[in-house]
Amino acid sequence: MAEALLALCDVRVQHGSSTVLRLHFAVHVGEVVVVIGPNGAGKSTLLRVMGLLQRPSSGSVYFHGEQATAKNSLAMRRHMASVFQEPLLLDGTVYDNAALGLKLRGFRRDEIERKLRPWLKRLGIDHLTERRARTLSGGEAQRTSLVRGLVLDPSLLLLDEPFAALDAPTRETLLLDLREILAETGITAVMVTHDLKEAAALGQRIGVLHRGELLQLGPQLEVFRRPVNEAAASIVGMETRIAAVAERTEGQITTMRFNGGSANVTGEFPAGAQVTLCIRPEDIRISRHGDGKSCAKSDIHIKTKIARIAPSIAEYRISLRADCGCLTALVSKPSFDGLSLREGDEALASFSPDAIHGI
Amino acid sequence: MELIGQGIVKAIELVFGGDSEVWAITWLSLKISGTATLISLLWGIPLGIALALSRFPGRAIAVALVNTGMGLPPVVVGLFISILFWRSGPVGFLELIYTPSAMIIAQVVIALPIVAGVTMAAFQSLDPNLALQLIGIGASKRQALWLLCKEARLPLLAAVMAGFGAVISEVGASMMVGGNIRGQTRVLTTATVLETGKGNFDAAIALGLILLALCFALNLFLSHVQQRGQLKWPRLS
Repeated sequence: MAEALLALCDVRVQHGSSTVLRLHFAVHVGEVVVVIGPNGAGKSTLLRVMGLLQRPSSGSVYFHGEQATAKNSLAMRRHMASVFQEPLLLDGTVYDNAALGLKLRGFRRDEIERKLRPWLKRLGIDHLTERRARTLSGGEAQRTSLVRGLVLDPSLLLLDEPFAALDAPTRETLLLDLREILAETGITAVMVTHDLKEAAALGQRIGVLHRGELLQLGPQLEVFRRPVNEAAASIVGMETRIAAVAERTEGQITTMRFNGGSANVTGEFPAGAQVTLCIRPEDIRISRHGDGKSCAKSDIHIKTKIARIAPSIAEYRISLRADCGCLTALVSKPSFDGLSLREGDEALASFSPDAIHGI
Repeated sequence: MELIGQGIVKAIELVFGGDSEVWAITWLSLKISGTATLISLLWGIPLGIALALSRFPGRAIAVALVNTGMGLPPVVVGLFISILFWRSGPVGFLELIYTPSAMIIAQVVIALPIVAGVTMAAFQSLDPNLALQLIGIGASKRQALWLLCKEARLPLLAAVMAGFGAVISEVGASMMVGGNIRGQTRVLTTATVLETGKGNFDAAIALGLILLALCFALNLFLSHVQQRGQLKWPRLS
């Protein structure tokens, strides 16, 4: 494994008697890690501790293998850059703000110009350099803030929900820009967010933070498809969770029985164990009861009643009620419209056994 | 009305006729109040920043004290400084009573809470996360504090104006601890009181006008610095 660029060892952050953060965490050179978690999970605290902006109540932070102390933390911080949800720019021009980090490091005016200009162009704010920072739109301000960080050529870029305050189109363009930049430069980055789409777009490894603890940290597919427990499943958007009992295991396949059906699930479970079967909403298909034509033989079918249809731009989020509990499906508009189903109608929910993750 | 008219004419003569005593008084006023303001800024700004940024037991009391101090009546300050510096008082051996130094001390007591209070409010109006963001892009603590001061320069200049305005125009403390001694501790305000008492309205008006002009000139300059490049507010209807 590559060298750990930054490591948090036994880090604990207390606010009074409550624990805000308690974890081990390491970031390796060149990777992009996205930590997801709901509000109040400790995401911002995690990033502040990593950025040496907040000292943990106990435990230590290592940067390039060296323990951070009060003495060396300024020198370490100068190899990092933080970008925040709300970029607080100083009263001055865009150029002044973008150049601030370099000025603080004592760079000369011509060096600043040489380093800064390409980044201003890259983020598309080259034409705004003389504008007062306070007159910028949210997206422009966040671009300025990104330039302010990126121009420092940091060993570690820390991003605290940088897109959360932006409108949807701005968010998407900026997200793609950042994705390209990180790929081009190979900058090591850690981003925290509650947005799964952002995590999916950027994260090579995904961490799941819940009540200050890191439930899971692993490759994107692993985390999104195989959460370690129910809390993690809920955070990564595995909305359908069915209570089941393990019956028997053959090879790597366990037969699970649930109210109204059974399924063969990958994984070994002791017979009689209580298991939660998790399914991602995009893996559940819906058909009219009795149709079931396009389904593979091994697929699992569950009789349901449509409880709610929530329309979005390109898809519907459909809540289904079945004997085994509630299911949530995400279906494209054309395919669902073709079924002409309404709330209260009976429908058949189908999914492949491969889509099931038992915990 | 004739009195005022004559007064103004005489005043103009005094000011522009080069009356040396008037100019000496003006110069002394500026020296004393300027020094007092400077000392108040040197102490009051750090004190205000500390009160705004730190958390310690008893902070609420300290803040209340500063805020009370902002409205301290100059005569009360004059009274206590007089008692302290009185020849038989606790620090009477310093022999400062009826000297410009005593006046400076009294004026510092008046201006310091004003400067500290306005500074505190100025810093509290900044976003608390600003400091964090500055440190997050590599500012040292000192650099972050300096940038915060620059960011709060508008209200900080207001602190300068309020502090200087309070001491250049106060009369009670200067009169009591300075004694209004001609050529030594006579300043614009105490001289105005004296001339009015003697019925020399022309001289009093002249001194008053100088005081006003002085305050205006300084505030004009500071306001210019303060308002330079400010964003325009939208018309509120």
